[in-house]
Amino acid sequence: MDRDRRPRLAVWKFASCDGCQLSLLDCEDELLTLAGAVEIANFPEASSAVLEGPYDLSLVEGSITTAHDAERILKVRQQSRHLVTIGACATSGGIQALRNFADVNDFVAAVYASPHYISTLATSTPISAHVTVDYELHGCPINKEQLIELISAFLAGRKPAIAAHSVCIECKQRGTVCVMVQGQPCLGPVTHAGCGAICPAYRRGCYGCYGPMETPNMAALGREWRTLGASPRDIRRALQTFNAAAEPFRKESEAHAD
Amino acid sequence: MSEDCRNRAMSQNVSEPATTSSDGTALPVRAAAAVISRDGLQALIDALAADHCVLGPTVRDGAIVYDEIAKLSQLPAGWTDNQDAGRYRLERRADDALFGFAVGPESWKRFLHPPVETLWTARRDNDGFSIEAPSVTRRKFAFIGVRACEIHAMAIQDKVFLAGAYADPGYGSRRRDAFIVAVNCAEAGGTCFCVSMGTGPQAESGFDLALTELHDGSRHDFLVEVGSDEGASLLSRLPQRRADDADLEAAAAVIAQTRSQMGRTLDTDGIKDLLQTNANHPRWDDVAARCLTCGNCTMVCPTCFCTTVEDHSDLAGATAERVRKWDSCFTLDFSYLHGGSVRQSGSARYRQWITHKLASWIDQFGTSGCVGCGRCITWCPVGIDITEEAAAIRAHPTSGGQHGGT
Ligand code: SF4
Ligand code: SF4
Ligand code: SF4
Repeated sequence: MDRDRRPRLAVWKFASCDGCQLSLLDCEDELLTLAGAVEIANFPEASSAVLEGPYDLSLVEGSITTAHDAERILKVRQQSRHLVTIGACATSGGIQALRNFADVNDFVAAVYASPHYISTLATSTPISAHVTVDYELHGCPINKEQLIELISAFLAGRKPAIAAHSVCIECKQRGTVCVMVQGQPCLGPVTHAGCGAICPAYRRGCYGCYGPMETPNMAALGREWRTLGASPRDIRRALQTFNAAAEPFRKESEAHAD
Repeated sequence: MSEDCRNRAMSQNVSEPATTSSDGTALPVRAAAAVISRDGLQALIDALAADHCVLGPTVRDGAIVYDEIAKLSQLPAGWTDNQDAGRYRLERRADDALFGFAVGPESWKRFLHPPVETLWTARRDNDGFSIEAPSVTRRKFAFIGVRACEIHAMAIQDKVFLAGAYADPGYGSRRRDAFIVAVNCAEAGGTCFCVSMGTGPQAESGFDLALTELHDGSRHDFLVEVGSDEGASLLSRLPQRRADDADLEAAAAVIAQTRSQMGRTLDTDGIKDLLQTNANHPRWDDVAARCLTCGNCTMVCPTCFCTTVEDHSDLAGATAERVRKWDSCFTLDFSYLHGGSVRQSGSARYRQWITHKLASWIDQFGTSGCVGCGRCITWCPVGIDITEEAAAIRAHPTSGGQHGGT
């Protein structure tokens, strides 16, 4: 990278709720520094001034749910030196991937008064199913500290210090007493760290917002949930949320039929 | 934890901790035992609080955890813990014993070897950059209610952090300054096996003062033994009476009773060779089918010491810091050599953990890495039991092999 030139940042939205890109605007203390360190070239949520590509770093939020978006992501990739997906929608298909488990036309008919105006794909897929992704930042929503860490690491040319292990290690870091050993089903042991283990700290099992950890043993967790009294339906519903289409979660959720 | 109980700067020179000599034997200070009442115990806490951050067992989030305490009323009077593999429940006792439980979710490791520690910060300046030590200060720790297994765990971590040319100054200062009030266990937990490991239930050395709770219908006080000069001097300032033969007998009976109640046993005979020559045993795949590779066992273990370091830099490129965090041999990053992780499978990772703990630790540090506290059994979400896994290998030690797959 040319050292005298500020790297050019672009933020893209696909099927999503905007929550992840808003985490960037939520970085109030760091926002001015960020604007000094990078050229914010394309971030419609923040500024209507959109500059032409190519871009050094593209942050991509959202999943692919339309034929139009499947085309658009190819163009984003072509204009981006580095492409990082942010959030559960972009990394695993998001909550909208529940359509993958059913007939999308049924959803469309149930939700829209005039279904014939809706043109959509039968599935919601992560960005990595369409183009090469350089790094994935997990979470629903992403953790803004991790986002700052990611951009800082990019600027310094180093690896982001972002762990892929279980949420359990974060519980232990903050001194939370394990809720699962006290009888409450928890997704923490199979879930990717990143949130800082918020839910167990409030005495609730983990909801799996950050998707599967690096080596999830889903079958072992499923068995333990049954031992703790969870029904097959409970397990299926716990796994079919924001990261429903992440392969380990999908597979285990479908192994628990009523 | 309050601010002044957090870590302090690590610039001090460090020597061996005062209460344990390098070979783990007790220092020779041993005065006659005394008896103190519950008021005497409060006086002990008050005296320590003058220049220590006093930590002891207290009930939080349905468990007995170690946290800051000031009053006797914060101790878990009348509570006990029901522990089994992957299971912990707080339960009421029939009496109001203050130490009528085994060990909780986390050990004193959390304070001596904290889970996250900033090692240094670098700032860019006109001449390049300067490096600063962290500027945090804290008071000395006083630990109330340290169990025999935990004292052994500290001695094991001393070997890791303080022996040899590269001692860890932060650990050293925290450890050297810590005042240790041991408690001889009056109740073994469902997953305890200190008798097998030769680490309990009686605290024999490595403490400043050791208590035995003497509690029956007619009395509720504490036998106090002295383990250091500092302990002797503190005891001399407390209301007390000299212990008589009946007190000593009562205390011995408490310990004998606990000794007979162990929840688990582990046969350590030849265990080093057993594990080191069974790297391809089918049991490793069996345990891997159950293991979540979550890392809880290593986090809760009072001797596990592994860490990773993370380097952070800020957006402006003006400051950087190096942070040390607890790591686990169950993460992929832990065994990452260029191009990939050496231990890809759950089998390789569980085998690494138990073999290090019970066997190669002996090569490395001259003792077992396990003190039989039972935490890894209780706090494993799926209840994998180190004693059961070791026994399974012993039952059919047929497959042989010193080198297993990844
Ligand atoms: S509460 Fe959940 S995430 Fe935390 S240690 Fe227990 S199982 Fe793991
Ligand atoms: S290996 Fe398990 S029983 Fe042994 S010291 Fe560690 S946590 Fe305690
Ligand atoms: S043995 Fe238990 S606590 Fe340890 S990594 Fe496996 S599942 Fe987690």
